[in-house]
Parts: sequence; structure tokens; C-alpha cells
Amino acid sequence: MTLALIFEQMLNGVQFGLMLFLMSAGLTLVFGVMGLINLAHGSLYMLGAFFCAAGAAATGNFWLGLVAGTAAAAAAGALIEVSVIRRLYTRDHLDQVLATFALILILSEGTKMVFGPFPLYLNVPPILSGTVDLGLTPYSVYRLALIGFGLAVALGLWLLIGKTRLGIRIRAGENDREMIAALGVNIRALYTLVFALGAALAGLAGALVGAVQSVQVGMGEPVLILAFVVIVIGGIGSIKGAMVGALIVGVIDTMGRFLLPRIFASFMEASDASGLGAALASMLIYVVMALVLILRPKGLFPAHA
Amino acid sequence: MRDIHKETVVNLALGLGLLLVPLWALWADQPFTITLATRIAILALAGVGLNLILGFGGMVSFGHAVFFGVGGYVAGILSQHATSGVPVLGLPGSNQMLVIWPVAMLVAGLLAAAIGALSLRTEGIFFIMITLAFAQMVYYFAISWPAYGGEDGLPLVLRNRFPGLNTMRPWHLFVVAWGVLMVVLGLMAALRASRFGAALMAIRQNPERAAAVGINPYGVKLVAFVISGMVTGLAGALMADLSRFASPAMMAWTMSGELIVIIILGGTGRLFGPLAGAAILVGFEVTFGGMTEHWKLWLGLVLLAVVLFARGGLIGALAGRARHG
Repeated sequence: MTLALIFEQMLNGVQFGLMLFLMSAGLTLVFGVMGLINLAHGSLYMLGAFFCAAGAAATGNFWLGLVAGTAAAAAAGALIEVSVIRRLYTRDHLDQVLATFALILILSEGTKMVFGPFPLYLNVPPILSGTVDLGLTPYSVYRLALIGFGLAVALGLWLLIGKTRLGIRIRAGENDREMIAALGVNIRALYTLVFALGAALAGLAGALVGAVQSVQVGMGEPVLILAFVVIVIGGIGSIKGAMVGALIVGVIDTMGRFLLPRIFASFMEASDASGLGAALASMLIYVVMALVLILRPKGLFPAHA
Repeated sequence: MRDIHKETVVNLALGLGLLLVPLWALWADQPFTITLATRIAILALAGVGLNLILGFGGMVSFGHAVFFGVGGYVAGILSQHATSGVPVLGLPGSNQMLVIWPVAMLVAGLLAAAIGALSLRTEGIFFIMITLAFAQMVYYFAISWPAYGGEDGLPLVLRNRFPGLNTMRPWHLFVVAWGVLMVVLGLMAALRASRFGAALMAIRQNPERAAAVGINPYGVKLVAFVISGMVTGLAGALMADLSRFASPAMMAWTMSGELIVIIILGGTGRLFGPLAGAAILVGFEVTFGGMTEHWKLWLGLVLLAVVLFARGGLIGALAGRARHG
């Protein structure tokens, strides 16, 4: 029984971690290639969820909604890059923080104006509803599918970055942008493409998670901050670091919330234990981040070692 | 030299203006305006704290709301224990501002020492993300720790007291907030002009050169970070008294963003910049908040325009470029 619960929570942690990876991969790419800190990445996540929910409601088909959400986030990303972000590459981090903070305000209020102030709901597609017996425990098919999705995207990203011409250009852009511009690569278009790719990944994550949470304005920022923790742990600019960091954060956060109240309950009163356990569990991943900072100030997999 | 005099004139106008407007409101019996001016003074104070590291030291902390919130909680918790008579950590509570302020600054300072010691091991984009993450950690702790209200926050039944004044009256509370702001601004001016201030600005401009002449960048930055957290914590204690409420929202990431916005709108690294910025932000909110519920959209657009096209903020526009670019 307990073993089954722990197993279920582990799977939840892995699923959460893989969704965090989709967010963190885009952030870390954008930082690695363009040197930009993008606070509005969470807004792209939110846009993905909103357009997926609206698309699914309009067509009655979850998969069309998913495509709509991902495409909308990618398009919004490209638009934002061309109109605003492009002017920030040569600015200092303070200007980048402020401009992307302003973008959050604009996108959040804009979403409220377009979709109304109330949360939207997105249903799990029929083919992925229900549970499947995993031997130890029955488990939600949809969450299992999220794990599959996350792994598939990670694999696709690895192939894209590692094995294609575009990937070579992206990696070259990380190392020396003057040189690849001199070699005839259109660096502006490459930047727009990388930004849109990151936005699409964020939008995809938002759309996928939207079916297990309510879709609302402000849903992106808590995930954004977790993605920052992931990147700090994994090392800025490293996709591999983002993957390891995301899994660490996802599993530790989920297991902490599950285990700590129970551990405290074994030696203190139940009501105190749940309060203290929950409070400490919410701090756990930040403690892990602090430990990583003390031991490896540049993260576990520093990209520019 | 002319620009320096110009900035002094602008500063005087800002400081006096903040005093005269509520004075007029007192005469015209407009208590709401006095409360707005008090909010401006308190937000400005929080910004003055952040300005020390962000403006003079070049450290972009995106987690300063945590010190603001912790200051607020110190005020709320001490006041609650003073009412109930139950000691907290073996010490009695207090409803005296003159007791609460040092405690708020001490707690905020200790937290700043811990956060700063870790965050300052890094710089640039790492520093931004880490300060944000640590602030979020304390925020989630405040939300899920039920003893002092958790998600609902902690109301203050009565405002804490200041000797000789009735802080429940808007004008009296304003005088307290304005007085604290002016004293802290004076101390900041002295700090900036001191050897320490020079070292801090030297590190911002060129850390290697500063280290070469015998300055310890890590130590100087950490001390500045702690002082900065203490000032913002003091502002938080005042804000809890103004709104008679200490809530987790005080340390939400949006608050950290607003504090940075306040500094930028006023003018980064200008002594009175946070006051100008707080006045603009509160003024914007009151003006456009009354016209449209989507005023934050307009705030975002204005902010974007300021960052992209009009660097230097209000004081930069009024008094010219800063002496140190």
C-alpha cells in the first residue's frame, strides 16, 4: 500500500519534472544563445494553455487545441522577439528584466481582456482518460502520456541540437556569434527561430498541463520561477543540465510534499506535523538549489566551463 | 556642477512636495490623499533600500520583496503577541514602533546576510534568478505556515504606536513615514559619500580594478546587501502598519518587480529616484486604475517604452545625466 503510494508519487514527480524541462529548455536555450533573461517565458506558457483550451472548446478536439496552443505560443514568441526582445540583446540584464517584466504585465492583462477574467477548463482527451494498472498501482493514463510526451520532446530536442544543421548553427551561435555571422548564417533569423522554438516548448508545456490544472492568468509565473531553480541547478545554457535539474526539482518537490508531513507525523501531533511538513516541503527545492550553489556555483553542468 | 545643483533642486522639490500635498489634504479634509502620500513615502523607502545595491552597487536583486514582507510580518507578529500577552521566542511582543523597527531591521538584516552570502557567490543573470528563487522560498513558507495566518495573512487590530502621536490618524502616520524616509535618505547620502559608498560604486564600475586597489568586492557587496535588506524591511514594517495587514502578497515576486520599476521610473542610482518613481507608480495606479480595470496593460506599455527609449527615469529627464554613467 505505502510502496504503491510512493511509486505513484515518484511517477508524479517525474511527470512534473518533464513538464518543467519543457519550460527550462527554452529558457536555457535563449540564455545560452542570445544571453537574454526572459521573464515573459511564463506568459508564453500561459498563452499555450489558453489557446489550447479555447481551440479545444471551439473544435471539440483536444489535439487541435494542442496544436493551436503550441502554434500560438510560437507565433507570439516570434512576434515578441522581432518587436521587443531583439532590441535587448545588447542591453544589460536590468533592462532585460524590466522589459520582460513589462511584457508579463501586457500579456497577462491582454489575456484577461481577450479571454475574460475567469479560469478556463480543458478536458483530458477521451483516449487518454481513465487509469491504467501498472502492477503496483493504477495510474492516470494522461499523466503517463505526459511522461511519454516529455521524453519524446527531449529526444527530439537532443536530435535537433545534436544532429541537424540548425542544431550546429545554434551551438555555433552559443560559442561565437560574430564568427557564424561572418560565415553567412543569418543571425537575426536564427535568433528569432530559437526564441520561437523556446516559446513553442513553453506553450506546449502550458497546453499539456492545462488539462490537469485550471487555465488562468498568472499560471505561468510560479512555473517560471521553478524553471529558474532548474536552470540554476543544472547550469545556464545546458540542455542536459535542464533535464537533470528538472527531474531533480520535480521529484524532490513532489516527494517532499508527500513524505515530509508523514515523517513529522511520526513524532509530533498530526495537525502541527501537516502544517510544518507542508511549509518545509515548499522550501525543499530552494535548499537543494542553495546546496548546489555552495558546491557548484555554476550549476551541475556548466555550459561554458 | 550645474547638473548637481539641478538635481539638488529636484530633490528638494520632491521631498517638500511629498510633505506639502498631504498638508494641503489635511486642510481640505481629504484623508485618502494623505494615505496615498503615506504609501508613496513607504514604497519610496523600500525602493531606497533596493537602490543602494541596484543603483549604486549594480546588483539586480529580483527578490527584495522578501525583506519588505518579513518587515511587515515582524510588525504584525510582535503586535499580535503584545495584544495576546503570549511571549514569542521567550520575549514579550510589542506595539511600539520604536521597538518594532529595530527588530524588523534585525530580522531582515539576518535574512539578507544569509541570502546575500549565497547569492553573491554568483553575478549577473544567476544573481537575478537566485534572489528571486530565495524570495519565493520564503513566500511559500509564509503561505503554508499556518501559525500566523498562512495564505490569509495577518491582520493588525490596531496600528502600532509612536510616542506623542496617534498613529490611527492618517496625518500622524504620514509624518512618521515621511520623517523616517527623510532620515534614511540623509543617511544614504552620507553613506554614498563615504569611503564605503565609493568602494561600492568602484566595484560596480570595475570589480577587478577595485580588487587590485585592496577592496574586497564580496565583503563590500554583502554589507551593502544587508543594509539594503534592513532598509526595505523597515519599510515593510511601516507598510504593515499603514494597511494594518501583513500578507504573503507583500513578498510576492510582483512586489519585487514593482520595487525595481520604482527605481527605474525615478532614475537608477539617483538618491531621490525611488521617491520620484513611487510617486509615478502610485499616481499612475490611482489615475488609470480609476479609468480602466486593465491599467496594468498601460503600465506595461509605458514601462516598455521607458526601458527601450527613455533611459534615465524622471530625475534623469529633469536634472540631466547622472554624474557616474
